[in-house]
Parts: sequence; C-alpha cells; structure tokens
Amino acid sequence: MGDTVDQFFVTLQQWIASHTPVGLQPVISTVLAVIAILGVFALLFAMTTVLERKGLGRIQNRYGPNRVGPWGFLQPIADGIKSLTKEDLVPRGADKTVHLLAPILLVLAAFTLFAVLPLGRNMVLVNLDAGVLFFFAVSSVMEVAIFMAGWSSGNKYSMLGAMRAVAQMISYEVPLILASVTVIMAASSLSTVGIVERQAGYTGVLPHWFLFTPWGFAGFFLFMVSATAESNRSPFDLPEGESEIIAGYFTEYSGFKFALFFLGEYLGMFAISGLGITLFLGGWSAPFSFLTWIPSYFWFFAKLLVMIVMFIWIRGTLPRLRMDQLMNFAWKFMLPMALINLVNAGVWHFLPHGVLRWLLCGGLVAVSYVVLGRGLTQGWKLEKRIYRFAE
Amino acid sequence: MEAGETDLSLCRVTRSDEEEGISLLFTTFAILTVVGAVAAMSLRQLVHSVLALIVSFAGLAAVYLLLGAQFVGLAQVLVYVGAIAILIVFAVLLTRGDGDTKRSIVVGSWRQSGAVAVVVFAVIAWAIYASAASQRAMPRQPEVSMRQIGDALMVRFVLPLEVIGLLLTVALLGAVTIAMQEKKERR
Repeated sequence: MGDTVDQFFVTLQQWIASHTPVGLQPVISTVLAVIAILGVFALLFAMTTVLERKGLGRIQNRYGPNRVGPWGFLQPIADGIKSLTKEDLVPRGADKTVHLLAPILLVLAAFTLFAVLPLGRNMVLVNLDAGVLFFFAVSSVMEVAIFMAGWSSGNKYSMLGAMRAVAQMISYEVPLILASVTVIMAASSLSTVGIVERQAGYTGVLPHWFLFTPWGFAGFFLFMVSATAESNRSPFDLPEGESEIIAGYFTEYSGFKFALFFLGEYLGMFAISGLGITLFLGGWSAPFSFLTWIPSYFWFFAKLLVMIVMFIWIRGTLPRLRMDQLMNFAWKFMLPMALINLVNAGVWHFLPHGVLRWLLCGGLVAVSYVVLGRGLTQGWKLEKRIYRFAE
Repeated sequence: MEAGETDLSLCRVTRSDEEEGISLLFTTFAILTVVGAVAAMSLRQLVHSVLALIVSFAGLAAVYLLLGAQFVGLAQVLVYVGAIAILIVFAVLLTRGDGDTKRSIVVGSWRQSGAVAVVVFAVIAWAIYASAASQRAMPRQPEVSMRQIGDALMVRFVLPLEVIGLLLTVALLGAVTIAMQEKKERR
C-alpha cells in the first residue's frame, strides 16, 4: 500500500507512456516528466509569492494580500493577468535582441536545474553520473543571463545591479562549491541519486543525514548562506537594492518579462534549496524511521517548504549588507571556513567511530567558527547607534 | 510527479547505435560552435563578441557531452561560460567604453594577414594529415565513468593534482591579500 502511493506518479507516467507507440515511449515519458516539473514548480512559485507577501506582512505588522480569493490565495492569478496585459516597454537605448534573450535564458537555465534533483524515490529526470557538476554548470549560466539583462538595458542602474550580482554570485560560488565538495567526498559520488542513497538508513530513529555530522552541520550552514547570496535574496539583495539602484538589473523590464525575472529568481531559490536538501538533508528520505510510510515526494516538498519559509523569515528580519561587508564576509569568513571544513570532513572519514571523533571534529568546527568570526569583526567599532531624528 | 528512470540520459544517447542521429546533432553543434566563433571575431560591439564566444563555448560543451565525456563537457560550461566569459566581460567593461562601433572590422592589411592565416592552416593541416596519428584506426569509444576519473586523479595523478590545488589556493589567498591591503581604514 505504502509503496503504491510512494510510486504513484512513477507508475502513472509509465502507464501513460505504455499507451503510446513503442518507438515514442522514451520521448513521451521524458516529456511527461518535464511537464510535471514545469507545472509543479510554476505552481509552487505562485504559492510562494503569496506566502512571502503574507509572511512579510505579518513580520511588518500589516495584512498582506487578502482580497483576491480566499485569504488572498488567488493573488498570483491576478498578478499574472496584470503582467500579461501590461505594456512591454523596451528602452530606446537598449540592445533589443539581448534584452529579449536575457529573461528567456534565465528561466530556461532555472528550469534546467531541476533535471538532476531527485524529488522522490525513482523520481529524477536524468540520473547523471555528474549530477552535482551539472547543477553548478547550469547555475553558472544564470550569471550570464543576469549580465545580459543588465548590460542590454542601457541604463546605469541596470549595469550596476548586474555587476553587483555577478561579483556576488562568483564570490559566493566558491564557498558554495567547497561546502558541497565535503558531501561529494563523503558519499564518493557526484550523482545526486547516489548521494541521497548514501544517506539512507537509520540509527535508532535518527537518519544518517550528512547534516548530523560536525562537518555536515557547518557545511549545511555555509551552503545555505551561500545559496541565499547566489539567489540574490535578502540580506544579500544588493543587486536589486531598491533604495540604491531602483531594481538592479531588471529595472528596464516591464510586463511579462519582469514576471519572468521574478520566476527565474524564485526557481533558482527552489532549485538551490533542493540541492541543499539532496546534499545535507537526505533528499526525499523521512526524518524519523517511524515516518517512512509517508511518501518520499511528500518529504522532499515538506523540506523545500521549510526552506522557503526560512528564506522568507530571513528576508523579513535581516537588514541588507553593504558591498564591502558582503565581500569581506565571503572572502574572510566563508572561504577559510569552507576550506577548514573540507579538511575536517577528511579527518572525520579516517578517524575511528566513537566519542573522540565527535569531540575532535566538533571542536574544530567550533574553534574555526569562533576564531574566524573574531577575525572578521576585529576592528569593528560596535557601539550603540544614535538616531538623530527618530528619537 | 516526476519521471522514473527515463531512457534518455545523455550518456545513453551517445552510446546508442543511432549513428545518424548523432551525426545530425554533431553537425548542429559544430555549426553552432563555428558560427559563434566567427561571430565573436566579426561583431563590432565587444560585448556582443563575448556573448557569441559564450555560444561557441556552449556548442563545444555540447559536442563533448555528445561524445560521452560528461565531466569535460560540464566542466567546460562551468569554467568557460561561468568564469572565463564573465572575466572577459569584466575586462571589457572595465577597460574601455563602447569603442568605435562604426568602423569596419576589416583592417587595411587583411590580404597579408589572410595569406598568413591560410599558410599556417595549410601547414598544420598537412602536418596532421602526414603524421601517423591520422593513419590510426578509430579506437572504440571507451566507457569512462566519473568513478574512473576520480580514481585516476586520486591514485595515479595525485601528486600533480595536489600541486595544482596548492598553487590555486596560494593564488586565491594572494588575490585576497592584495585586495585587502587596498583599504586600511576601519570598517
């Protein structure tokens, strides 16, 4: 029974494919999976926009959207119609072709990321040998799309936003990949499916996720902080800091193209959260051994929603970083921390199981965190802020 | 929601017997690569040239993937599209403005330079054609898995790998140090 529900979508896909001509079957089943990915994540995007606006509203002591449909949950439909009917403005000084291609490339790349994410047991579009590498390769294409958008707009704010975005994404890609390398080392596989399989199994009721090792714990937080920066979200949203550069690289986009940027950004966030789940949180596996009867895809999307809520919460709580703080944080804290963590993962692998291993590796994480944090804040003059007009 | 094991993974397409499909795909990607490269040379706007170069890089990566070299293909995208192209873009934007986009790209001495290019190409082509390498029979396509690449890097080539890793880390730290020295003021 549990297995039937768990494999329901896989069976459904095979069943539909089996009713088509034999030669077409592989193509049809791939197309079906692609349609499913497009549909589910577009829907999740719509849901998230409402969730985010309502959540931010709560944090900022206001209601958020509550007029369209029950509790405002049909707001995305209204937004979609609005963005479709709006005039598509292209500035006279813009590079027309590149201006058009940029949002398309961004959304294409963002959707391609989901191809290697295992969304449930046997639910992955392509099980590549080099799945994690594929993910990073495709996500680097998004940088090009963002640059194209900023440059082709022929606007200094767009250009500044694009430069900021690219500089930030390149800087944070280093700790992001270094944090993932620890998992690749531990799982001795680059395939996302292999990495999830490696985290299967339970000790007592607790799962063997990489999060529950000292290096995995540090790695997960390094990964998620870098992921926030990679998806240009608050507190790393300098590329689109409204108070400084209007809307950054998509200042000159309107109507549906603007909506595409919005979509691309959120899809990027989902995909990188999905990779974080795959690498550190056991992918689609259940958090406790007595909960394994719940279908695998439920767990994946439950974890994804938790991540999204975390992102919204962080956005509502933390102020935006300054450019130099951003770079200092990346190069003086994240990078050395990720390098030490890499060594730590190796040490963990070769030490015998036991308390000593936990003490040594946990101690290394704690010590490096404290020392690097002290080093980063050295020379900062932290004092009570004096408000000249607000008090 | 999603697919199970689909039969369309990249590696399997390359290993299938559909030689015709492969050669069609190969032609497409080869044309893409060459057109991208030609456009990179001939477009007047420098940023357009970089974008065309990215198309060329991507086409080359697709050819690698088609040949079953997953690692090289993906590394090509990661390194060339994600890093080198961005580096070129930054270099272009930081060093010069739009430049003179009106002037023709054909320089005065195009005949002489063209002749030199043709001669060099002819010599290289002749050398390749005459060498023993072109006489060798086509070897069977080896089945290379990521694991084999990893084993080779970790066992046989571990010393070069370590040296390169050390070099890159030193370069990274050096870059950070240089960038840090610039601002002495308190943050």
